[in-house]
Amino acid sequence: MSKLLNKVPYEVESPDVEALTILSPEGEVVNPDLMPNLSDEQLKELMYRMVFTRTWDERAVNLGRQGRLGFYAPVSGQEASMIGSEYALNKDDFICPGYRDMPQIVWHGLPLYQAFLYSRGHQHGGQIPEDVHVLMPQIIIGAQILHATGVAMAFKKKGEKRVAITYTGDGGSSEGDFYEGLNFAGAYKLPVIYTVQNNRYAITTPYEKQTAAQSIAHKALAAGIKGVQVDGMDVLAVYKAVSEAAERGRNGEGATLIELLTYRFRPHSLADDTTKYRTKDEEGEWSLKDPIIRFGKYLAKKGLWSEEDTERVKEEAKAAVNENIKKAEATEKMTVAGLIDTMFEQTPQHLEEQKSDFQ
Amino acid sequence: MAQMNMLEALRDAMRTELKNDPNVFIFGEDVGHTGGVFRVTEGLQKEFGEDRVFDTPLAESAIAGMAVGMGVQGFRPIAEIQFVGFIYEALDQMFVQAARMRYRSGGRYNAPIVFRTPFGGGVKAAELHTDSLEGLALQTPGIKVIVPSNPYDAKGLMISAIRDNDPVFFMEHLNLYRAFRAEVPEGEYTVPIGKANVVREGTDVTIIAYGMMVHTAVKAADELEKNGIKAEVIDLRTLLPLDIDTIVASIQKTNRAIVVQEAQKTSGAAAEIIAQINEKAILHLEAPVLRVAGPDTVYPFAQIEDAWLPTPARIVAAAKNVLEF
Ligand SMILES: Cc1ncc(C[n+]2csc(CCOP(=O)(O)OP(=O)(O)O)c2C)c(N)n1
Repeated sequence: MSKLLNKVPYEVESPDVEALTILSPEGEVVNPDLMPNLSDEQLKELMYRMVFTRTWDERAVNLGRQGRLGFYAPVSGQEASMIGSEYALNKDDFICPGYRDMPQIVWHGLPLYQAFLYSRGHQHGGQIPEDVHVLMPQIIIGAQILHATGVAMAFKKKGEKRVAITYTGDGGSSEGDFYEGLNFAGAYKLPVIYTVQNNRYAITTPYEKQTAAQSIAHKALAAGIKGVQVDGMDVLAVYKAVSEAAERGRNGEGATLIELLTYRFRPHSLADDTTKYRTKDEEGEWSLKDPIIRFGKYLAKKGLWSEEDTERVKEEAKAAVNENIKKAEATEKMTVAGLIDTMFEQTPQHLEEQKSDFQ
Repeated sequence: MAQMNMLEALRDAMRTELKNDPNVFIFGEDVGHTGGVFRVTEGLQKEFGEDRVFDTPLAESAIAGMAVGMGVQGFRPIAEIQFVGFIYEALDQMFVQAARMRYRSGGRYNAPIVFRTPFGGGVKAAELHTDSLEGLALQTPGIKVIVPSNPYDAKGLMISAIRDNDPVFFMEHLNLYRAFRAEVPEGEYTVPIGKANVVREGTDVTIIAYGMMVHTAVKAADELEKNGIKAEVIDLRTLLPLDIDTIVASIQKTNRAIVVQEAQKTSGAAAEIIAQINEKAILHLEAPVLRVAGPDTVYPFAQIEDAWLPTPARIVAAAKNVLEF
C-alpha cells in the first residue's frame, strides 16, 4: 500500500513515440544498427515490387475510368507499407486484408487476373488458390481484424509457428472490432500482427478528427500488447518492424500493433475529389517522402538500381497488367443459376425452383 | 416550386428541420465537411455550423448509440450510416437499444432518431453497399421503416420522420438519388408516415412496390397496357406501419395482386404483405398473390446485378400468371 502511494503515480501516462526510420528521405541510412539483414537481390526485389505496384495502380485507375475495372481503391504512396510488410512474412503466414490491400495478397500469391476479376465483380476473383494463405479484401472495416485474431488463435491451438497479419487504416482503428481484436490478442497472447496504415484520411475525415489518442500505436497499451510506430514511407523500416513482430509471434511472445505513417497520393476511391479536403502543400510535403524515390536513391548509391531499371520494370508491369486484364475480361461471365448453386453445399429445393426465374 | 432530384429534396428537408428545431443534429462518417459520399448533406455544415452538423470517427455502433443517448436527452439526431451493409455494425444500437427505449423505460424516454442510409442495387457498387436490408428492420418491433420513391415524397417523409417521436429507419435508394427531377414545394410540408400512394389506377391486377421497384412496376404496367391489361400500381412509401387499407381497397377492385421487392424472396416485406392480404382480403382474391423478388442468394458481386434484380419482364410474367390462374 505505501509502496503504491509513494512510488506509483495515480495518473496513467506514457511517453511519446518516434517512428522507426532507417532511410532518410534522401535515401541515407540514418539508423545503421537497425538495418535489416537483406541481400542485394532481396533489396532489388523490394524495389521491383514497389515499382511494379505503382505502375499497376496507375493502370488500374485508368482502367477504372474506362469502365474496365469496377470497385478499386488506389494505393500509390503506400507501397512501402504494403510491400515491405508482406515481404517480411513467410509464405505460410496468413493475410487478412482490408479493401485497399490488394497488393499484399497478390504478392502473397493471388493471381493478378483474379484481383481484376474481383474488382469487376466476378465471383471467381475471390476463389483463392489452395496454397495461397489470404482472405479476400474485406469491405466491412474492422471485420478482418477479428478474423486475423481467430486465425492466430488457430495457429496457436495447432502449435504451428505461423503468424496472421491484418491491415486497416487510421479510420479503421476507431471501430469497435479493432479494440475487441487487440484485447483478445492480449488476453490470449496470440501470434498476430495488427497494422494500421495511417494515411491521414478516412475518405475525407482527417486523422485529427478521428482520434484524440496520443498515437494509434499507443492504443496497444490498453490491450497489453506491444505497440510500435514506423515510418511507413520507408520500406526498410517497415520490413524491419514486421519481421520483428513476426518473430515475436512465432516465439510465443504475442501480438504487435504497428502504426505505419504513410500517405495515399490518390483519392480514397475512384469517386472522390481530394481538393475538397486536402491542400496542395500537404500533398507536396508528403511527395518528398515518396517511398519509391527514397529507396531508389539508396539503391542507386549502392549501384543496385538505375533509371533504366525503373523503366524496364514499368514496361514489364504494363505488359502484365494488359495480359491479366484481358484474361479477366475473357473469363466466362457468372450466371444467376451458377450463383444460386454457390449458396449451399447442396442446393435446397426452394433454390432449385428459383433458378427457373433466371433462365 | 422548385425542380429537385431526390438527393436535393432530402437535403432540403433536413435544412428545413435544422432551421425549425434547434434540437435537430446531423452526424455520421464524412457528412459534415464534404457533405457525405453522395453529397446529400452538402452545405449544411457551412450553413448551420459544426456544432449541428458534424463528422464522426469511423464507428457505426458509436454513431447509432450516441444518437440513442442524445435522443434520451431530448435531441432529434439524424444519424447517417454511410452504406446499408454497415448497419450490421450498428444493429444492437439501432434495433435493440433505440427500438426498445420507449418500452424499456415504460414510456419515460424515447428515441426520436432518423437513421438514414443509402441502399439499393443497379449501380454496380462494392459488396455490401446495396443490399435491401429492410426485412431486418421489419422484424424489429419499435422502429418505423420508410423507403421513398421520388423527390416529393422523400422531402415530405423525411420531415415527418424527423418530427416523429420514435426511431425511423429511412432508406434512400442509390439509383434514385439523381435519377430524375420533380416539382418539390419550398419550405415545410409533410407526407404522412404509413400512407401509401396509388401511382397508377387499374382494374385487372394490383402491383405493390416500394422504392426503386415502383419505377420498375410502372414500366411493367406500361408493357401490360400494350396487351390490354390495366394494372394498378401502389407505392407503399412506408413499410412499417404498412398501409394495408389502400392495398385491400385496390384488391377489392382488381382481385389479383403481385408484390415486388428488390430484396431476396424469403421472409421479406413481400411475404408480410401477402400474409396481411390473406388475413384481410382473402375472399376478394381470384388467384394466389405472387412475389417478384431477388433470389435467395447473397446480393451478387457487380457483374450479374442486372440479371439478379427484378425486371419489368419478370413482373409482366407474374402478372400474366395471376391473370391466367
Ligand atoms: C463498417 C464500415 N463502415 C464504413 C465503411 C465505408 N468506408 C469505406 S472506406 C472508409 C474510410 C476508411 O478509412 P481508413 O480506415 O483510414 O482507410 P483508408 O481508406 O484511408 O486506407 C469508409 C468510411 C465501410 N467500408 N465499412
